[in-house]
Amino acid sequence: MENLLYIALFSPLVGSLFAALFAMSPKNIITGIVTSALLLISFIASAILFEHVMTVGAVHVTMMDWIMAGDMLIPFGFLVDQISVTMMVVVTLVSTVVHIYSIGYMDHDKSFNRFFSYLSAFVFSMMVLVMSDNFLGLFIGWEGVGVCSWLLIGFWYHKEDVSRDVNPSISPSWAANEAFIMNRIADLGMLIGIFILYWNTGSLQYDVVFAALPNLSDGILVAAAIALFVGAMGKSAQFPLHTWLTDAMEGPTPVSALIHAATMVTAGVFLIIRANPLYAMEAVEWVSYFIASLGTFVAIFAASMALVCRDLKRIIAFSTLSQLGYMFAAAGLGAYWIALFHLAAHAFFKALLFLGAGNVMHAMNDELDIFKMGGLKKVMRWTYLYMGLASLALSGIGIAGVGLAGYFSKDAIIETAFNEQNYILWIILIVTAGMTAFYSFRQVFLTFHGSKRYADTEIHPHDMYKYVLIAMSPLAILAVIAGFFKGWFEEFVTVLLPAYKMSEETHHIAWILGLVVIAFAVGGIVLAYIKYNKGLKRNEELENSLVYRLLSNQYYIPQLYDKIFSKPYAAFSRFSWLTLDQKIVDATVDGIGNMIKTGGDNTRKIQTGNLSDYLRWMARGVVLLVIVAFISHQLSQGAN
Amino acid sequence: MIGLSHYLVLSAILFSIGLVGVLRRKNLLMLFFATEIMLNAANVAFAAISYHYNDLSGQMFAFFVVAVAASEIAVGLGLLVILYKKYGTLDLDEFTVMRG
Amino acid sequence: MTTFAFYFFATLITLLFLVTVLSRNVLYAMTALAAGMVLISGLFFMLDAAFLGAVQLVVYVGAVMALYSFAMMFFDANKDIKERNGSAVTVFLLGGAIAVMLVVIFTAPLIGQGVASLYPPAEGATNPQAVGLVLFTKYLVPFEVAAVMLLVAMISGIILAGKKMDFSLSVVEATKSIDSKTIDNMDNTEKKGDK
Repeated sequence: MENLLYIALFSPLVGSLFAALFAMSPKNIITGIVTSALLLISFIASAILFEHVMTVGAVHVTMMDWIMAGDMLIPFGFLVDQISVTMMVVVTLVSTVVHIYSIGYMDHDKSFNRFFSYLSAFVFSMMVLVMSDNFLGLFIGWEGVGVCSWLLIGFWYHKEDVSRDVNPSISPSWAANEAFIMNRIADLGMLIGIFILYWNTGSLQYDVVFAALPNLSDGILVAAAIALFVGAMGKSAQFPLHTWLTDAMEGPTPVSALIHAATMVTAGVFLIIRANPLYAMEAVEWVSYFIASLGTFVAIFAASMALVCRDLKRIIAFSTLSQLGYMFAAAGLGAYWIALFHLAAHAFFKALLFLGAGNVMHAMNDELDIFKMGGLKKVMRWTYLYMGLASLALSGIGIAGVGLAGYFSKDAIIETAFNEQNYILWIILIVTAGMTAFYSFRQVFLTFHGSKRYADTEIHPHDMYKYVLIAMSPLAILAVIAGFFKGWFEEFVTVLLPAYKMSEETHHIAWILGLVVIAFAVGGIVLAYIKYNKGLKRNEELENSLVYRLLSNQYYIPQLYDKIFSKPYAAFSRFSWLTLDQKIVDATVDGIGNMIKTGGDNTRKIQTGNLSDYLRWMARGVVLLVIVAFISHQLSQGAN
Repeated sequence: MIGLSHYLVLSAILFSIGLVGVLRRKNLLMLFFATEIMLNAANVAFAAISYHYNDLSGQMFAFFVVAVAASEIAVGLGLLVILYKKYGTLDLDEFTVMRG
Repeated sequence: MTTFAFYFFATLITLLFLVTVLSRNVLYAMTALAAGMVLISGLFFMLDAAFLGAVQLVVYVGAVMALYSFAMMFFDANKDIKERNGSAVTVFLLGGAIAVMLVVIFTAPLIGQGVASLYPPAEGATNPQAVGLVLFTKYLVPFEVAAVMLLVAMISGIILAGKKMDFSLSVVEATKSIDSKTIDNMDNTEKKGDK
């Protein structure tokens, strides 16, 4: 099993290094094939490990002693248990599909090989993140995915910066930097959390740390929980660190699918689930409650922005945000296994949605405005099917125990909120479910139904390559059937995670709750159908209303951040550069240099080249030295 | 009665004469002469101390000083000959190639 | 008697060395130096260092002075040396300062105290015998090293001065501003002649 673990972990790295060999050379299809094959191997290994964990139990290996300094001992170890193996399977499966998809999608890109190198490096980092058996290894993977995310968002770094009203995310490099910097801010919190835990428990191993938790004081527990959650907020783009996620859509679409929907952004949720013994402590109850509230808030907050968004990818990004909110709500309410289940199910249909969007973009010559699409149903039959399915799954359509993936996972979260008798959260989550259905189908209808609004352009849409469409099919199948494994999954992960059972009453009225959710979801879909199926009828009055403008400008939060943080910081930097650095630091350094230079210029005359002069200088030196020696001798005599 | 300090003072005076020569003269040959004087001054001091303390080490050092002086002159004179051949003079004021 | 001899020697040596240092004529200077060396050997004899005195006579007055005499033949010793002797004040000040300091240090109390004789002369031996005993037992290695050093010095002296020995210096005299290039050319013509 150890070997399998290493295969699962390191084959993406091998693929990445292999592709990196060709990074500077023109497109070579081999890199795509080799990296995809290695990921497939990684996936198979993960699947076998999954089976092993299910039947035998967790695998824990220590590869080597990593940091040994004084009392500090941090082994470099890996832990494959119920939580991490779930993540491994999800990550490698989605990655494999995305890799194969990318062979088709990045077909015409001149940096084809570089792309695969980054993509595989990302998968490797993600595997380190989920498989590590200690917080430090998790942090390494955490930063690794951050770097890869930065590289991939800014993959088309050569694009020029434009103003915010032309493109809300300005440029790929700008978006990449924004994502990276926001994550750094959050990572500081996470590091502090790790330090607090190490300081107080003397270890970073999960098992040791969690075993020591009951001995810690309440204050420390709360501090650690908050600090770790700050890290999770950054990576999972929770409010107020959410703006980077939609801007990250500047990256190539497979990247959005893999990193900014299915895997990396769920790392925050993963962290909370991983640290569930900490968040389940009595003392940090209110932190958990805060997490749930924030998650719920982000769910409706992001969904509201998606309602009016015109950008194909941004709509999906907002929905990702919203679904991450759901996951945090579940985790915060203590239903860790439900959060993990929604994480896995969401990964499948969200990746599928993104890849479908990628198909549309590919067909429409990178057009993203859904107002300029329409009627693509006929030319892009498969994509329509996939996106429709994924949207249904996202909306949580299903009835009486039969339904798509989202029906099981999202309903369970809403049910949890009800079960906790937290009716405010419950109502918000239900409303959000309705909104989710609305904006998902608004997008689908605007894209695929109605008239061909692109007709007057030169675009001739066509569906993606066959092998790409086939490669997407596993995701489609899973988006449909994943929900049926709910009971089985619960059994599997609750070995490790706290079992969360609905109370009797909730159980009794569960079918009513389900009906309410379905009603909202179907209502959303019907509304979208009425409004958009026939085609786009734009309402000037509505679009100019305050609420509409507020939503389409993302509540003016990016502008606000720009004003509050970016501009003053830039001004401060300029001040530091022109005043502090140039006038003070540089002047000091230059002054020292000039002093020595003029000193050298002035004393240069001593070097006459005449030996006689040198001898005289030497004699003077001798006199001086003897005097010094004599005086110091006298002084030491005097001291004695 | 002549004691150790008499000899040492004489040695110091001779050394200073040599030093004055080294510092004042510009002719390299004269510099060599002055160096000889300084070495001899040191030898006088060695011999005197050896006598005073009834220890032969001083004389030993004097021997080695003589040996060093002899080597120095052999090599130094060779160099002087070459210098003279090249520049036609031994005046230090003429050798200012290394002026900074 | 010894007092008289010491002051006699000391005065003469000082005067002779002063002549050496201050004379314009190289020949005078060298003669004075040689005479001073002889008188210094007299001091050595007074100090019961007969062997050292003999060595002084042989090495300095014999070998070194002969070497200087020969070297001087190259350097046209008859002419007065023309030098630009700058401020004599600094020089004499420095020399005087160092002399005073040496005297102060030498005559300072405490410095000579606690000195025990390490190698006293053997009982009943004459000075050369005693010197031999110490030199070839305790100082054998330095002695050998000195021998090697002398050999090296001899070889280097021969090589340095002996090269181009057959090249007439009167030519240098004639063409005052001769440069190394012409010398090299001459070498080449000579080598061709050899072949």
